[in-house]
Amino acid sequence: MTQDNSKTSLDEQIEENLRKVYQRTLEEKVPDRFQILLEKLKEQDEQHDK
Amino acid sequence: MINNDSTPADPRDEIVTHLPAMRAFALSLTRNRSQADDLVQDAVVKAWKNIGSFQAGTNMRAWLFTILRNTFYSDRRKQKREVQDTDGAFAATLSEKPQHDGRLAMADFETAFVQLKAEQREALVLVGASGFSYEEAAETCGVAVGTIKSRVNRARKHLIELMDLREDEALELTDQETMAVVTAGLPVRGNAA
Repeated sequence: MTQDNSKTSLDEQIEENLRKVYQRTLEEKVPDRFQILLEKLKEQDEQHDK
Repeated sequence: MINNDSTPADPRDEIVTHLPAMRAFALSLTRNRSQADDLVQDAVVKAWKNIGSFQAGTNMRAWLFTILRNTFYSDRRKQKREVQDTDGAFAATLSEKPQHDGRLAMADFETAFVQLKAEQREALVLVGASGFSYEEAAETCGVAVGTIKSRVNRARKHLIELMDLREDEALELTDQETMAVVTAGLPVRGNAA
């Protein structure tokens, strides 16, 4: 029974949950559309540079 | 594809390394998966075209986050849609069962988090999750350091309030769910009077 210190540890738990949620997306594979987008942007530039 | 050796360090090559963080930050703003990725896409295009305004050697992530959040707020202003439809995607990234060891249940946390104002969500995420200093967060959001600090504090307080309200309920709810299985078929209503 460790209910008394719930207030202070609540802040820590908030941080922990926040990081967990953030981390999940961080660890996801970035969808292919972004790689395709970056390649497209690069190609456009190379054509302009010619 | 032509590999151009004559352009050595194009800062834009670095953008790809920030995509995961941009997606995570975008999701905390939009609370909706497909909107988050659309937002990241728009921000990447803007960053690409405005790379001239990026100062080499400075924090590119902060620069990208600034573009991302500015895009988010200006889109939102255009849409005049204060109440966003959260599709539960933010919560859907997690499939955890609520914990009963006294720790915050993730589902409760997320339910509370998505209710915060956008400015509080971003402050909390920048400082609490993305590892930005208060100074970097302030710069990213274009406000004073003190403003970020008070937003983080308000956000924390608000989260705790929201979850305190839900804490007892959450336990009862789980009990009710269990009871619902046990007492399935029994008349539940009609005991109010």
